[in-house]
Amino acid sequence: MIKVYVPCDTTALSLGADEVAQLLMAEAERLGKTIELIRNGSRGLFWLEPLVEVDAGTGRFAYGPVTPEAVPELVEAGLFDARQTHDLALGDIEQHPYLKQQQRLTFSRIGLTNPLSIEDYRQHGGWQGLEKALQLEAQGIVDEVKNSGLRGRGGAAFPTGIKWQTVLDAPADQKYIVCNADEGDSGTFADRLVMECDPYLLIEGMIIAGLAVGATQGYVYLRSEYPVAHRIFQQALAHAYSTGYLGDNLRGSGRSFDLEVRLGAGAYICGEETSLLESLEGKRGQVRPKPPLPAIEGLFGKPTVVNNVLSLAAVPFILQHGAKAYADCGMGRSRGTLALQLAGNVKQGGLVERAFGLTLRELIEDFGGGTVSGRPLKAVQAGGPLGTYLPASQWETPIDYEAFAELGAVVGHGGVVLFDDSVDLGEQARFAMEFCTIESCGKCTPCRIGSVRGVEVIDRIRAGTQPEQNLELLAELCDTMVDGSLCAMGGMTPFPVQSVMKHFPEDLQPRTSEKSGETTHA
Amino acid sequence: MLPVLHAIQDTCGYVPKTAIGVIAKRLQVTKAEVHGVISFYHHFRTQPPGQQVIQVCRAEACQAVGGRALEDHAQQALNLGYHQTSLTGEFTLEPVYCLGNCACGPSIRIGGRIHGRVTPERFNALIDALQTRPVEVQ
Ligand SMILES: Cc1cc2nc3c(=O)[nH]c(=O)nc-3n(C[C@H](O)[C@H](O)[C@H](O)COP(=O)(O)O)c2cc1C
Ligand code: SF4
Ligand code: FES
Repeated sequence: MIKVYVPCDTTALSLGADEVAQLLMAEAERLGKTIELIRNGSRGLFWLEPLVEVDAGTGRFAYGPVTPEAVPELVEAGLFDARQTHDLALGDIEQHPYLKQQQRLTFSRIGLTNPLSIEDYRQHGGWQGLEKALQLEAQGIVDEVKNSGLRGRGGAAFPTGIKWQTVLDAPADQKYIVCNADEGDSGTFADRLVMECDPYLLIEGMIIAGLAVGATQGYVYLRSEYPVAHRIFQQALAHAYSTGYLGDNLRGSGRSFDLEVRLGAGAYICGEETSLLESLEGKRGQVRPKPPLPAIEGLFGKPTVVNNVLSLAAVPFILQHGAKAYADCGMGRSRGTLALQLAGNVKQGGLVERAFGLTLRELIEDFGGGTVSGRPLKAVQAGGPLGTYLPASQWETPIDYEAFAELGAVVGHGGVVLFDDSVDLGEQARFAMEFCTIESCGKCTPCRIGSVRGVEVIDRIRAGTQPEQNLELLAELCDTMVDGSLCAMGGMTPFPVQSVMKHFPEDLQPRTSEKSGETTHA
Repeated sequence: MLPVLHAIQDTCGYVPKTAIGVIAKRLQVTKAEVHGVISFYHHFRTQPPGQQVIQVCRAEACQAVGGRALEDHAQQALNLGYHQTSLTGEFTLEPVYCLGNCACGPSIRIGGRIHGRVTPERFNALIDALQTRPVEVQ
């Protein structure tokens, strides 16, 4: 039987994948061909979505991007026979340089499988990390994770094994595993890809975390902006329960783990771990002072592991292949692979999983292929809305937590957003402050009031009102926010602003003079 | 409390004032606390929305590919500012800060569906389609 794969992740759907699937079914029926339609995950090559693959008995052959409009002519050109003559034919997608040059340890299955098929998951190496963990003592699991060198992928890069050790060592009648799936950073979608394209991976990682620290209850805190991830992950949970991977005595092991999804409600700050815990407890998402650490007093006051989706999703590989296999990748103190996400004005946007150490330029040029607009690249923002704008002079930097920190930049959750030369970085600096006014939890003054002042001051600079004094004021304001904020929301909002002041000062000037600057540019 | 608020908003489209007292009683908290929670989260509304809620992404990756122009266009085309509902009750326009579709922006969300690479023309076509036939059920 002819197998036809049409991805079901948010991006493929946003570009018409459902319509493409329907049209392909209709065409097959019209031609009297029996096809099996499989809704696989995305391979993360987003500029090629919807990326249709056909297996007519001789392996999988890809076409993309397949818009609904392109379906009839593709069928005409022999799509159901996997014929590769049409312009949109891509051959074996796994031979594509974009994929070939990646090291997909965490994302080894995305796009290959039907995300909801437990059988697919098992056949492609799934559950083996869990099998291994079930044979180990709790301390043995924690040691593996420690030795892998894995650091939290949510932004703060704290060593995951050490966090787990703290929770393991904390005596308590109840402990929790909380997965941070709030993925609020613009330019990031890797958590979403895990949940939509390989949901059992996250489930497996969370069960292992539970075994490691002695927790029997887990929660996934998922942002409400991800309806597709919510639907798919809920279904995966139901399957995992019905097949005995979750619940009491899982897979006859005598161990238990329960897992629930909780939806956020559109608050960026709820990605901050203590705010997230407040939210899970049903309260306003206001940041808690630390200490106490969540590892000691977390959800409902109990010891709690809070980890990003990608941290937890890295764990099954580490258990299955051993800490060393993971730690062998990377550079310096950044071990393993990082899920980089190419977004914004990029020709070849998508997911790039690579060992730490790739330079920013390699990422944006070799993988990204430059801007989609075809105009020169002016700046890239790395690490989400609280990350800096990096000018060309910084693109040789290897992607590594410490190398970025030296520049005052952040790797964060791995989002890299490209901007061409039409961007007005003064406007971007203003947006950073504005975003903080909208998303501040309101607990401390430098953040709550400082960001409002920040917007006003930038407006004055750009309107030409005493620009010099106001630039000085802006610098002071940034320092106050960095030094005086309780959490990184207020503490890092100045980062993008300061990077614009430092590297793109011509964009933070009265707007009329900026215009004349642009003509000389062109 | 969030699951309760979500359930109410999913059925009613918003959290009516009358529900606040009931929630408070059920969860044994004060009305002020319930109100405090609702007002903290951007997602919850206390006014009925239009038949279609249209969210336009305002975040950086979408800005990099014309998101700001799309925002302006959406406001003009619908003749609405953010958080406003048309007099006919047809549309509510809302900002959203990232839909996770950042490699194929600008992005918008209409109900449960996310659309990518939304040019002003595509925006018009999507709105037209809403006006001429009922929402597609997936
Ligand atoms: C304003 C703010 C937003 C954050 N948003 C997220 C987020 O969306 N997802 C995430 O995993 N971590 C986020 N973090 C980091 C978390 O506080 C925390 O460090 C992380 O969830 C810990 O997991 P990890 O060690 O696996 O990275 C955010 C932090 C701050 C200050
Ligand atoms: S810095 Fe901002 S978000 Fe963080 S605790 Fe203070 S007010 Fe809340
Ligand atoms: S920035 Fe618009 S979808 Fe992410």
